[in-house]
Amino acid sequence: MSVEAPVKRFTLKDYKSDLHNDWCPGCGDFGILTGIQLALQQMDLDPDKVAVFSGIGCSGKTPHYVKAYGFHTLHGRVLPTATGARLANSGVTVIALGGDGDGYGIGAGYFVNSGRRNVDMAYLVHNNSVYGLTKGQASPTLRKGKRTKSMPEEAIQDGINPIAMAVAAGYTFIARGYALEPKHLAGIIVKAIEHKGAALVDVLQTCPTYNDLYTKEWYDGADLPDKRSRLYKLDDTGYDGVVHDVTDEKEIVAKKAQAVVKSYEREPIPIGVYYQAELPTYEDMLRQRIPALDGKPLVDIDVFHRDVNALLEAMR
Amino acid sequence: MQKNRLSWMIGGPQGSGINASAEVFAKACSRAGLRVYANIEYHSNIMGKHSFYRVRVSDEDLRSYQEKIDILVALDLETLVGDADHRRWPTHYGHLHEIDRGGGVIYDSEIGFEPPADRSDIRFFPVPFIEVIRTALEEVGKGDQARRYEILKNTVALGATLALCEYPFDIVADVILSQFKGKRSEIGQLNVRAAKLAFDYVRDHFDCAAFPYRLQPNPERKPRILAKGYEIIALAKLRAGCAFQTYYPISPATDESVFLERHQREQSLLVVQCEDEISSINMAVGAAHMGVRSATATSGPGFALMVEGIGFAAMTEAPGPVITMYQRGGPSTGLPTRQEQGDLRFVLHPAQGDFPHVVIAPGDLRECYQDVFSAFNWAEQFQLPVIVLPDKKLAAIYTTIDRLELTYDKVERGKIFTGSEWTPYAAKGNDLVEQDGHLPGGKKPGEGVNEYLRYALSDDGVSPRSRPGTPGGRFWSTTDEHDPDGHITEGVEMRTAMMRKRMGKLDLISRTVPKDQQYELHGPADADLTVVAWGSTKGTILDAMLALAEDGKKVSFLQCRLMRPFPAEDVERILRSAKRLVLVEENYSGQLGAVIAEETGVRIEDRVLKYDGRPFSEDEIVAALRERFAGRPEPHTEAVMTHVR
Ligand SMILES: Cc1ncc(C[n+]2csc(CCOP(=O)(O)OP(=O)(O)O)c2C)c(N)n1
Ligand code: SF4
Ligand SMILES: [Mg+2]
Repeated sequence: MSVEAPVKRFTLKDYKSDLHNDWCPGCGDFGILTGIQLALQQMDLDPDKVAVFSGIGCSGKTPHYVKAYGFHTLHGRVLPTATGARLANSGVTVIALGGDGDGYGIGAGYFVNSGRRNVDMAYLVHNNSVYGLTKGQASPTLRKGKRTKSMPEEAIQDGINPIAMAVAAGYTFIARGYALEPKHLAGIIVKAIEHKGAALVDVLQTCPTYNDLYTKEWYDGADLPDKRSRLYKLDDTGYDGVVHDVTDEKEIVAKKAQAVVKSYEREPIPIGVYYQAELPTYEDMLRQRIPALDGKPLVDIDVFHRDVNALLEAMR
Repeated sequence: MQKNRLSWMIGGPQGSGINASAEVFAKACSRAGLRVYANIEYHSNIMGKHSFYRVRVSDEDLRSYQEKIDILVALDLETLVGDADHRRWPTHYGHLHEIDRGGGVIYDSEIGFEPPADRSDIRFFPVPFIEVIRTALEEVGKGDQARRYEILKNTVALGATLALCEYPFDIVADVILSQFKGKRSEIGQLNVRAAKLAFDYVRDHFDCAAFPYRLQPNPERKPRILAKGYEIIALAKLRAGCAFQTYYPISPATDESVFLERHQREQSLLVVQCEDEISSINMAVGAAHMGVRSATATSGPGFALMVEGIGFAAMTEAPGPVITMYQRGGPSTGLPTRQEQGDLRFVLHPAQGDFPHVVIAPGDLRECYQDVFSAFNWAEQFQLPVIVLPDKKLAAIYTTIDRLELTYDKVERGKIFTGSEWTPYAAKGNDLVEQDGHLPGGKKPGEGVNEYLRYALSDDGVSPRSRPGTPGGRFWSTTDEHDPDGHITEGVEMRTAMMRKRMGKLDLISRTVPKDQQYELHGPADADLTVVAWGSTKGTILDAMLALAEDGKKVSFLQCRLMRPFPAEDVERILRSAKRLVLVEENYSGQLGAVIAEETGVRIEDRVLKYDGRPFSEDEIVAALRERFAGRPEPHTEAVMTHVR
C-alpha cells in the first residue's frame, strides 16, 4: 500500500526573492534563511499569506530575501510591530525575527512581555553573540570573560540565558536550533509556526567575520580530542518537553524546571524543543472579549458603520 | 425672566467625591437646557491632596471659566484657607478670596472654620454634613455608620447648593438615580435622601430667598450633550472606524483608552494595554500596515518614547497610526495633571531626518471630533502618521455642546491596490530610460509593468497600498532608504527620488485639507487688534472677545489649527494685514510664535504667556487685551499667573 504525499502548491523557489544577498560569505544567516524557506515550503504556505517581520542588524535583512510580505522594522521593536500586525490580521501567518542584540538587548522588554502575552506567533532569534552590523561588539548572549576578535577587551558583563528567560516570561513554545543545520532548524520552525501561542526559537548562528569563538569548527568540535560535536539533539535522547495535560499545574512547573535545567547544559549544547504547552493564546482571550473576532480577522470586521447612539444618549 | 448665570465651585481632598457632586450638578443643569462649562484641577495623587471642580452655568454658550466664584462649597478647611499652615512652600491659599461680593460659602460645620472679619461682603452657610448623613442613614437603620459613609458629603454639598439657588430638586434626583442602576439603586436612593435632607436643612435654616443667585430650567431645550473632550475623541475614533487602539497608562491620556476599552465588546474595537509607549506606537504601526485603522493615545513623557515609531511610520509610509497626544505640564514628568501647550515644537520635529507627517491642534470639542475623524482619513490617504494635539484642558473640560451631527462623516481610504491594476513603468524610477523612448523589455511609454510596487514613484507621492494577504500585492518594507520594491538602497538617484516622493505629500495635504480646518480668522475684518493663538485657548479668547466687544473694542483672533503642513502663505497674509498682533499661548517660550516666525518670517513681539500649569481664565485674557487698548506703547512679553491669593 502506498501513501501518496499531498501535492504541494509551492516549491522552494516560490519563497526566494531575487534580490542580491549581501551577507558575508559563510554567514550563518544563510542557513537560517534556508531553514525559514524550507519550513514555509514544508507547510505549503501561500507566500501571499505570510508576513516576515525583522528588527535591525545583519539578521534584519532576512525578510528581503524571502518572497512573502516583508517588514524590516526598527532595532529592537520587531515584536511589538509583528504583534500589532498579527492582531490586526490573523489570516496572515506572521513570523518575527531579529538579532540577539535586537531581541535580548534593546528589545528585552518586548521579549519578556511577548512571552506573557502569548500571541500566536513564531519568533526567531539569530544568536551570534555579537552585534554583527555594527562590527562585532559583544551581544547580550556573550558570556563574561569572553572576547571575540572584534572586541578590544573581554566582556565584563555576563551573558543572559534566553531559554531560561523565555520560560520565566511565559513563552509556550521554546526551542533552540543551529543555523548550519537548516533541515533540523526547518523542522523546529514548522513546529513553532504550528504551535498556538508565542514561540521562541533561539538559533545559534555563526558569524565568521566577527565571532571567532563560536565558529562552525567550534560547534563541530574540531578542536576536541574526540572531535565530538558541541551540539546534540534533544530528540535523540528521549527528552520530552511537551506538557501533555495543560490543566495540571504541577506538570507545567516540572516541564518548565526541566527546560531551565537543560538550558544550563553547555558543551554539548542541546538543540530541539525545550518546552511546549498549548495554553490559551491572547487571541483566544480576545475572542471571548470581542465576539466579532470569532472566526474573523479584525481587518475584515466592518467597523465603519458603528452605532454610537447609546453612547451619545448616555452623554445627555 | 431672570438670566441664569452662576459660577460654582466645590473643593475637597482627592478621593472625597467632588467629581461626582460636580458632574451630577453639571448634568442636572444641562438636562434642564442650561449651558455648562466645568473644569477640574487636581493633583497627581490618589488620596488627600486638594482638588477642586468649577461649574459655570448660563443660558448662553460658555467656553471658559471665570476667576470669581458665586458659591463655594468646601468639604475641608484647606479649600477655604489653603495649605500654608502645613507646607513649607504653600501650593495655594484657599479659594475664599475668589468668592465674588454677594456670593456665599457652604461648608461643613465640623471643619473648624471661623468666617474672617474681612469677608463680611459674602455669606456663610455652615451645614452639619455628618448629622445630615446620619439622619439619612437612620431612615434605613444604619444610623451608627455615618463615618463609614463620609463619601456622601459630596451629595450633601450638592443638596445644600440646590436649596441656595432654589433649583428644582427633582431634576437632580433623577440624575443621581440614573447613575445608580440595578443592584446599586439602593445607594442611589440613599444619595437622593442625603441630598434632600441637606436641601431641607439649608432651606429651613437660612434665608435662601435673600441669596441673590437663582437657577431655573431653560424652557427652550435644544438637543445637547454634556461631554468631556476625551469622550468626544473616543467617539470620533469609533465613528471613523478605528479598529485597533494601543496605550500605556498616562495622565491625561488614559481616560480615552479606558473609555474605548469599556466599549470594545459591543464596538468591536481591539484595545491593547502595552508594556510601554514604544510598544504602543510600534504595535499601532504594525496594525496600520495590515490595513486596519489604528491609533494610540499618550502624553508628553510617553510621546518622548514614541518618536522613533513616528519616523518608522513615515519612512515606511504606513497608513497611520493616529496619535492623540494630550499635552500636560512639562518638562520631564513636569505637572502630570495640569495644563500646558508646551509640546507643539516637539511634535513638529519628533524624530531624525526629514519626513512628512500631519499635526493638527483642535481648539474645542467639536474640532476634536472633526480633527480626529479626519486624521484617520488623512493617515490612509497620505500614508503617514497623524498627530492630533489636544491637552489636559480639552481632555477634562466637561461642557455642553450641540448634539454632534454625525451624518456628514465621510470615510476616505485612499489609493488601495486591489490586484487589478499594475504599476506604470515610470513609477519604477526608470523614467530617464523612458525619455529616449527605449524601454527595457520592449515596453512602450506609459505601459504598465506586470508587477505591483508598493513604493512606486507617483506624481503626488502616494502609491497604492496593498493589504498584506492580497494576492499579487506582496511587497517589502524597510526603515532603511528603499527603492520602489521596498528593498534597501543607498543609490543617489533613488534616494533623491524617494525623498521627493515622501516630502511631496505635504503639498498634497495642503491642497486637500479644507482651508477652514487649517486656520480660522474669527471676529471683525477691520479689527484693531488680532490675537494669534492655537488649541484649547480658543474658547477663552472667544469669550474674552465678547467682553471687549462690550467695551466697543474690535478684536479678531487668528486660530492656527493645522500645524503641519503649516498654511504659511495664508497666515502670513493675515498677519501682515493686521493692525496689531498679540500672541497668546500657555507655554514659556511662545512656541506657535516660533513656528510662525520660522514659516512666515513674521515675529510677534507682543506676547501673553502662561506656564503655571493652569489654563487662562476669561478674566486674564480680557485684562491683558484691555491693557493693550489702554495704549501700552511697547510690545512686550507678559507672563500671566493665576491669582492664588
Ligand atoms: C536605536 C538604534 N540604536 C543603534 C542602532 C545601530 N545598530 C544597528 S544593528 C545593531 C546591532 C545588531 O546586532 P544584533 O541585533 O545582534 O543583529 P546582528 O547584526 O548580529 O544580526 C545596532 C546596535 C540602531 N539601528 N538603532
Ligand atoms: S557580520 Fe557576521 S552576522 Fe553579519 S553578515 Fe557578516 S558574518 Fe553574518
Ligand atoms: Mg547578533
